[in-house]
Amino acid sequence: MKFVVAVKQVPDTAEVRIDSERGTLIRDGVPSIMNPFDTYALEEAMKWRDELGGVVTVITMGPPQAESVLKEAISMGADDAILISDRAFAGADTWATSHTLAAAVKELGDVDAVFFGKQAIDGDTAQTGPSVAASLDWPQITFVGKVRQLSQNSITAERYVETGTQVVRSELPVVLTILKDANVPRVPSLRGKMKSRKVQIPVWGLADLALTEDETGLNGSPTKVVVTATPEPRTGGQIHEGSTEELVAKLADLLLGEGSEG
Amino acid sequence: MSGFLEIKDSCTGCGICVKTCPVHALSINDVKKAVVSEDCTLCSICVDSCPFESLAVHHSFGGNKEELAKYSGILVLCEMRNGSPDRSTYELIGEARKLSAGEKEVSVLVITDDASGAVEKLIQSGADKVIKAVHKSFKHFSTEPWNSVLTHVIKEYHPEIVLAAATTTGRDVMPRVSKSLDTGLTADCTELRIDPDSGMLMQTRPAFGGNIMATIVCDRTRPQMSTVRPGVMKPMEPDTSRTGEIVELEITAEMVKNRSQVLEFIPTAGDEVDITEAEIVISGGRGMKNPENFDLLHDLAHLLGGTVGASRAAVDNGWIEYPRQVGQTGKTVQPATYLAVGISGAIQHRVGMQSSDVIYAVNKDRDASIFEFCTEGFVGDLFEIIPALVKEIEKRRK
Ligand SMILES: Cc1cc2nc3c(=O)[nH]c(=O)nc-3n(C[C@H](O)[C@H](O)[C@H](O)COP(=O)(O)OP(=O)(O)OC[C@H]3O[C@@H](n4cnc5c(N)ncnc54)[C@H](O)[C@@H]3O)c2cc1C
Ligand SMILES: Nc1ncnc2c1ncn2[C@@H]1O[C@H](COP(=O)(O)O)[C@@H](O)[C@H]1O
Repeated sequence: MKFVVAVKQVPDTAEVRIDSERGTLIRDGVPSIMNPFDTYALEEAMKWRDELGGVVTVITMGPPQAESVLKEAISMGADDAILISDRAFAGADTWATSHTLAAAVKELGDVDAVFFGKQAIDGDTAQTGPSVAASLDWPQITFVGKVRQLSQNSITAERYVETGTQVVRSELPVVLTILKDANVPRVPSLRGKMKSRKVQIPVWGLADLALTEDETGLNGSPTKVVVTATPEPRTGGQIHEGSTEELVAKLADLLLGEGSEG
Repeated sequence: MSGFLEIKDSCTGCGICVKTCPVHALSINDVKKAVVSEDCTLCSICVDSCPFESLAVHHSFGGNKEELAKYSGILVLCEMRNGSPDRSTYELIGEARKLSAGEKEVSVLVITDDASGAVEKLIQSGADKVIKAVHKSFKHFSTEPWNSVLTHVIKEYHPEIVLAAATTTGRDVMPRVSKSLDTGLTADCTELRIDPDSGMLMQTRPAFGGNIMATIVCDRTRPQMSTVRPGVMKPMEPDTSRTGEIVELEITAEMVKNRSQVLEFIPTAGDEVDITEAEIVISGGRGMKNPENFDLLHDLAHLLGGTVGASRAAVDNGWIEYPRQVGQTGKTVQPATYLAVGISGAIQHRVGMQSSDVIYAVNKDRDASIFEFCTEGFVGDLFEIIPALVKEIEKRRK
């Protein structure tokens, strides 16, 4: 079977610091990592490949340095990878990103399932997966906490929603977005690491995907970021220091809504 | 590029913008002025960084004015839970009324197998019009029928704004609709307003794990679509005297076509709490040290009628289950009271709880960042404070 996993290279948002004087992001020296959610998507695809046979192809759209997440995926066990990269792709919103990713899936041909992470930690939109499904006109199952069964022509998966679990059965080909609950990602193997060092990753650009500048990148994006600001700091309130008795008495007053004068 | 970055004469070539540019599009030339390359995405981050206010982004807002003018009104997608509209739907209607400023019509689309428990309530909560799409197969949310119905309604009614909750439902179907209609969608908005000059919807949302707030517009295409974070917007006080129009949608074969069927729905068991619904959330972090100590928090939560949450550090250590994780990769909670115990207050945790009405924190480190934004902070050892607190509350309750 033919599985595709879409992974994204993201800045480690835990390392992003705020310049409090100017109120801007400091991204200098912030490491780039594979979007943590995508590791579950990758593992899920590899799990089913190991069971049913076939190949797992990892794709990412990003600048040349995004190649490193593809190598990482190969070291973890992906079979091959494609870097979707072109100056024209820069500045894409989720519409343009998914338009481009969908073109790559079409170009690969005969794909049975495309796996996405639940969301990317930089944009946090969770929109790319469903939007690719719309582009391809495939069914989708989002927020998958467990894949129960996968076969040549169908899948049964559990979708974790606010009020419980939906068990959904879908035809293939399908688009899935995978939650952390689904599996425990494997660590890179020695063999994988060797393979990833040698592998030549093909790069697909605008021409390879038969796309135009108007439908990709910033030009193809219906949405635009007009302002960015750092969130209003919620100013710290009163800090209590003292004996345990004093602290407990005060905290109990607050929690029980008793005389906030304390 | 639809727009450009202006570098004014006041630029001193200090180079600060070069450092902040996320796509490395800026450099300083040999006459000490900033120059911008075609890699610029007009993200505006540099504009805020410039100490001399020498940078400005000019968007050439595109779009065919005549085409855009065909769209009017606001459409809200209703989400049903147990036969009634979910709280998030009322929030959306309240927000739509606010955006409408008495001028735009607010319509609500309800897709369900039984709308009897919804229509009245929706009108009383602010809907001018309720569009019912009722079919026996619409018992559980499913992508394709919802996509077909919503797309159909948008094409028929041309709303200028479409809102859905940023729940597993809204986040599933809205991107699908936006791609099908080739228009933009902004995820998980926490603030919406209409720009008085352009009339455009300014959609503000957290990004980069809550480190920045981005305001996004959809200037060339319509409708302007947003998913909105539940718990942020205010519903309107229901008004039983309100009246509204009710439209029954004809369900076509196309609308019920579905390649991914819901076989079964397993509701969360009654004893499994949903931390997003709780009035009081007491969360433990790495400071809790082990799973047994979480019993302390459970005891306290039990006494106060609250529920227990956790930081990712506690979840990753296996001390408590993932559905209780608060934060960027967990859940967003907005309880009346949030008590953070042994949690440092990392940004990824903060984004999941900062809209709580009040935040109390217990931490032994006076410099913990949680103390920079909590309502009242308590510096001390949780292993002394929490057991004593449980005793104190039991005593007062007697
Ligand atoms: C992509 C990404 C996503 C993330 N998503 C989330 C998320 O959704 N939710 C989340 O919470 N985190 C998330 N994180 C992790 C986050 O960055 C922090 O690492 C995490 O929140 C820290 O948890 P903590 O506060 O419990 O632990 P720590 O930061 O280790 O803090 C423990 C605190 O306990 C205090 N303490 C210790 N012992 C005691 C005692 N006896 N009495 C009183 N106080 C004590 C310490 O002073 C310290 O301040 C994410 C990180 C990344 C990179
Ligand atoms: N540029 C990209 N290249 C490849 N996959 C992506 C890209 N952006 C997003 N994705 C995938 O889409 C998922 C959701 O991302 P987002 O919609 O940005 O939250 C991610 O977890 C990835 O699987």
